[in-house]
Amino acid sequence: MTERTESASPRPLDWLVFLLLLAGALLMCGPFIWMLSTSFKPMAEVFRFPPELWSPTPQPQNYLRIFSTIPFGRAIANSLIVATSVTLLQLIVCSMAAYAFACLRFRGRELVFLIYLSALMVPSQVTLIPNFILIRELGWIDSYQGLILPYAFSSFGTFLLRQYMKTIPSGLIEAARIDGANHWQIYTRLILPLTRPALGALAIFTFVAQWNNFLWPLITTSKPQMQVTTVALASLQGQFNTDWPLLMTGSVLAIVPMLVVFALGNRSFISGITAGSFGGR
Amino acid sequence: MSRLGLSRLARAEERAAWLFLLPSAVLFLVFTALPVVSAFLISFTRWDLFNTPVFAWLDNYLTLFNDPIFRQVLGNTAFYVACAVPLQMLLGLLCALGLNRGLVGQSFFRIVYFLPVVTSTVAVGLVWAWLFNSNFGLINMGLSLLGATELPKWLVSSRWAMPAVITVSVWQGLGYAMVLFLAGLQNIRQDIYEAAALDGATGWQRFWRITLPLLSPMTFFVLIISIIGSFQIFELVYVMTKAGPANATNTLVYFIYQNGFMFYRMGYASAAAMVLFLIVLVATLVQYRMQDRWVHYD
Repeated sequence: MTERTESASPRPLDWLVFLLLLAGALLMCGPFIWMLSTSFKPMAEVFRFPPELWSPTPQPQNYLRIFSTIPFGRAIANSLIVATSVTLLQLIVCSMAAYAFACLRFRGRELVFLIYLSALMVPSQVTLIPNFILIRELGWIDSYQGLILPYAFSSFGTFLLRQYMKTIPSGLIEAARIDGANHWQIYTRLILPLTRPALGALAIFTFVAQWNNFLWPLITTSKPQMQVTTVALASLQGQFNTDWPLLMTGSVLAIVPMLVVFALGNRSFISGITAGSFGGR
Repeated sequence: MSRLGLSRLARAEERAAWLFLLPSAVLFLVFTALPVVSAFLISFTRWDLFNTPVFAWLDNYLTLFNDPIFRQVLGNTAFYVACAVPLQMLLGLLCALGLNRGLVGQSFFRIVYFLPVVTSTVAVGLVWAWLFNSNFGLINMGLSLLGATELPKWLVSSRWAMPAVITVSVWQGLGYAMVLFLAGLQNIRQDIYEAAALDGATGWQRFWRITLPLLSPMTFFVLIISIIGSFQIFELVYVMTKAGPANATNTLVYFIYQNGFMFYRMGYASAAAMVLFLIVLVATLVQYRMQDRWVHYD
């Protein structure tokens, strides 16, 4: 009996948990706050002891300096171009494949699907060297197509969309077919609109992953004009490795677009992540 | 309707299906299937990209296992995985349990804990490299304000560099585990808890007897995903330590990058990539085989 009343109103424990969560949140935010704080400091102040949270002489001009030091604006534009193109291509390519797997009958369907899925077991570093050689042979080093095309298809995306399309009642498709719609019309006018939540999740997931992608653009670009944000940031570190205000300014600029994307779609991003886990059951 | 008509329809459907699959099949073949096969073949050659590749039998693999640096790399990677994965999972689980109590600010906390996951690892590595800077970093300044005199040299110390990298990856990755655990927790039916409470089970008992067993499919999934992901650590090492000092933080993927794109030893790098492939493959197969044995499904 006492156990029950205790579990019905566990107030003191709730307070403790809340305080722990608050302390944890501070630890999670701390590095971001320090990043922002350093980005506004003049060079001389970052070495001062004891450290100050906010500079008495803030230097917003750090945010102009970075664009004149390296082509950082171009890098941000490149990241936007690559991430947007990859996202759009994946939505088209994966949803078409998912439609075939979920809504059409054909010989070898299970086998092809299994082969696509098996790609999930292949770490991207395994295909890195052959893909690099291929892109180099094609003369696509320092090109947008070299940055974009290897990512235009994803097994994960196809799997995610197929699982979602499977839940669409087949009666809807039959009805459309009886009305004389062809497969392309069923795909574009019926299935795609109904799959919108999953497409949204995949879009946000892909965009964030591409924006943060590093190793592939690192090895396939050499001109500063073709660098994406992450690579530009790393090369900034190589050139100015003690200019912490400048490095932190670059980091802030690399992070802010993702914060915006995440703020807009954190629910569908998280649902994309968890969908993969339940699908595996 | 005649049989002929039906099979004509079925054939049309089949043709349509292959047309819908065409773009993905081409991309899959060119950028995934053929590269996997080529990587395997390249691993049996000596190739510097400029001269023609030379077939080298098992030389790369034999050299690999006699290479003291590669042994160190495997050791480092295993140590990293063995530390980062349990810490990430434990902290992720604790956060998920905390966030599953319906407290004030729950969605705010969820976003804050998840934020590092969507943040570029290069940017994260940079700010932590600054925090861990041995002379002017916030961590050492804080330690000396607390009165410490023997300050660790963190990223330039072969003893402390790896723990620093592990700290950062746990900080960045725990939100990912948390989100998955939260989804798992929310999947457990509430009436089981109510029944247990009626039977007089304490909170502690309910956690060990209900929550943990029913969460085990998700725990297992998080474990495998984290192991596979952790074996692929690269960006943090690249930004924070460049594998140093003296290879103390050199890991499998950094080793592949180093040999392939700094030393132009494509065959050797591919052989190392095959080792990574094997590790990931074994982890995935273990997941399939063991799922039924360890894991309680409701």
